[in-house]
Amino acid sequence: MQTMERQRVAPVHPRPRRPAPWPVEFYRSTVGMKWVMAVSGIFLMGYVFLHMLGNLKLYMGADDINHYGEFLRDLLVPIFPRTVTLWLLRIGLILAFFFHVHSAYRLTRINRRARAEGGYISKRDYQAATIASRSMRMTGVVILLFVLWHLADLTWGTANPDFVRGDVYRNVVASFERPVVSLIYIVANIALGLHLFHGAWSMFQSLGLNNPRWNSVRRGFAAGFAGIVMVGNLSFPIAVLTGVISADDNPDCRVVDGVIETCELYAGEGEG
Amino acid sequence: MSGASNETIDVVLHVWRQPPGGEGRMVTYTEEAKGISPDMSFLEMLDVVNERLIAKGEEPIAFEHDCREGICGSCGMMINGQPHGPQKGTATCQLHMREFRDGDEIYVEPWRARAFPVLRDLIVDRSAFDRIIEAGGYITAPTGSAPDANLIPVPKEAADAAMDAAACIACGACVAACPNNAAHLFTAAKLQHLNLLPQGQAERYQRTVAMVEAMEEYFGSCTMHGECQEACPKEISVDFIAYMNRDFVKAQLKNRKLAGQT
Repeated sequence: MQTMERQRVAPVHPRPRRPAPWPVEFYRSTVGMKWVMAVSGIFLMGYVFLHMLGNLKLYMGADDINHYGEFLRDLLVPIFPRTVTLWLLRIGLILAFFFHVHSAYRLTRINRRARAEGGYISKRDYQAATIASRSMRMTGVVILLFVLWHLADLTWGTANPDFVRGDVYRNVVASFERPVVSLIYIVANIALGLHLFHGAWSMFQSLGLNNPRWNSVRRGFAAGFAGIVMVGNLSFPIAVLTGVISADDNPDCRVVDGVIETCELYAGEGEG
Repeated sequence: MSGASNETIDVVLHVWRQPPGGEGRMVTYTEEAKGISPDMSFLEMLDVVNERLIAKGEEPIAFEHDCREGICGSCGMMINGQPHGPQKGTATCQLHMREFRDGDEIYVEPWRARAFPVLRDLIVDRSAFDRIIEAGGYITAPTGSAPDANLIPVPKEAADAAMDAAACIACGACVAACPNNAAHLFTAAKLQHLNLLPQGQAERYQRTVAMVEAMEEYFGSCTMHGECQEACPKEISVDFIAYMNRDFVKAQLKNRKLAGQT
């Protein structure tokens, strides 16, 4: 028998020779990237929850949701000028979104490279991986594309022919009355639910927040959070399609050029 | 159970055959895998198949094995899509043929990861693990006469947790099971069996950074599927990965001049 000469296994991801300043060095490591992903994920989770909560005002009528939109623009107004706080939040949101997507993209590249060419010939028999965990990249891309569409539809109004700036209520109704658009929202929010179900659980792991005392609560928290956000968001297009929310409510509420012209605040106190 | 059974089973074996430096392919063995006793271990079944292959003048299936009692970590192989086969918490050597039924088709493959090149048939080069250990999987202790036992008090919980981590046999099942080929469970176990104990504190943060960096040169990243924990023959918990992540983040922020003070 001859002994085989073994070559030293070469690094799959060779480290850059030159050391970088520590935040860059931290973000270079996959553990650091996952930490950034978890922190930005928490910010995005907070946003997506408040967004859903705010949208529930659709059920209270045009008055409430339109004035809620105004309130957001007037946030902290005596301290900052109008819309400044909103823009600060938006910048934070854009940054969180950017880092969340960027780290996901880089980690995916690293993971793909770590895999052997061809992979397993026989079928893998997964034991713990869920549909949610296995489809994170796919649901992530769906959400990314959806967010761009959502901005074009209800923020910029370019994808919504009946768009009137500032008239949140009527814009939503006009948009969701198109069944295809409602379908986009429904599909995207199911993707968001799946994404949250895995993300809201695994972020604890990425952050190193692990304690046997409350580990059992993590799965329930993720399921509850994803469920509440998904059910809330799914209810809006369904409510418009079934006529629960319709443009015939509050016909007197008129918005011209982003300013509420006539809309008596809480006019019909007590009724919807 | 009542002793050895006299019944035997016939299985159909699909095995990855790959000569050193050559292209591999799946080869099916039907005749060679007949009359297998359910009391045989999986490796004993492979031994029988190999005896028959040798008798026919064919090259036997190369697989790595040493202790055959589940503690050396060398016998890893992918069996029917699960590392170390279908039985939980068991290495291939302690998987028995009674887990299979007569007529079962069994697919056997080596670990697949870019950092684990196949040397021959079912044997992979796991030396990337050695690079991780070299980076910091040790403590520095003065040599000389043996220190007194129990000189350093260790809380029972910490000792137990460190022992759970130390159960890692470096078989590579975690890497093989992971869709990203991450070695987080291995690295975390090797880190935490030292980091959880007083003796490991002096080099704790330096070790964590060095071993994580070495790991990342070869393996993917963790997306928390949890497959590694299921595949691990020693049932090491993914909790250790969280502890590793925490130590890594702490290592970035810690003033190491004050590392001894909490």
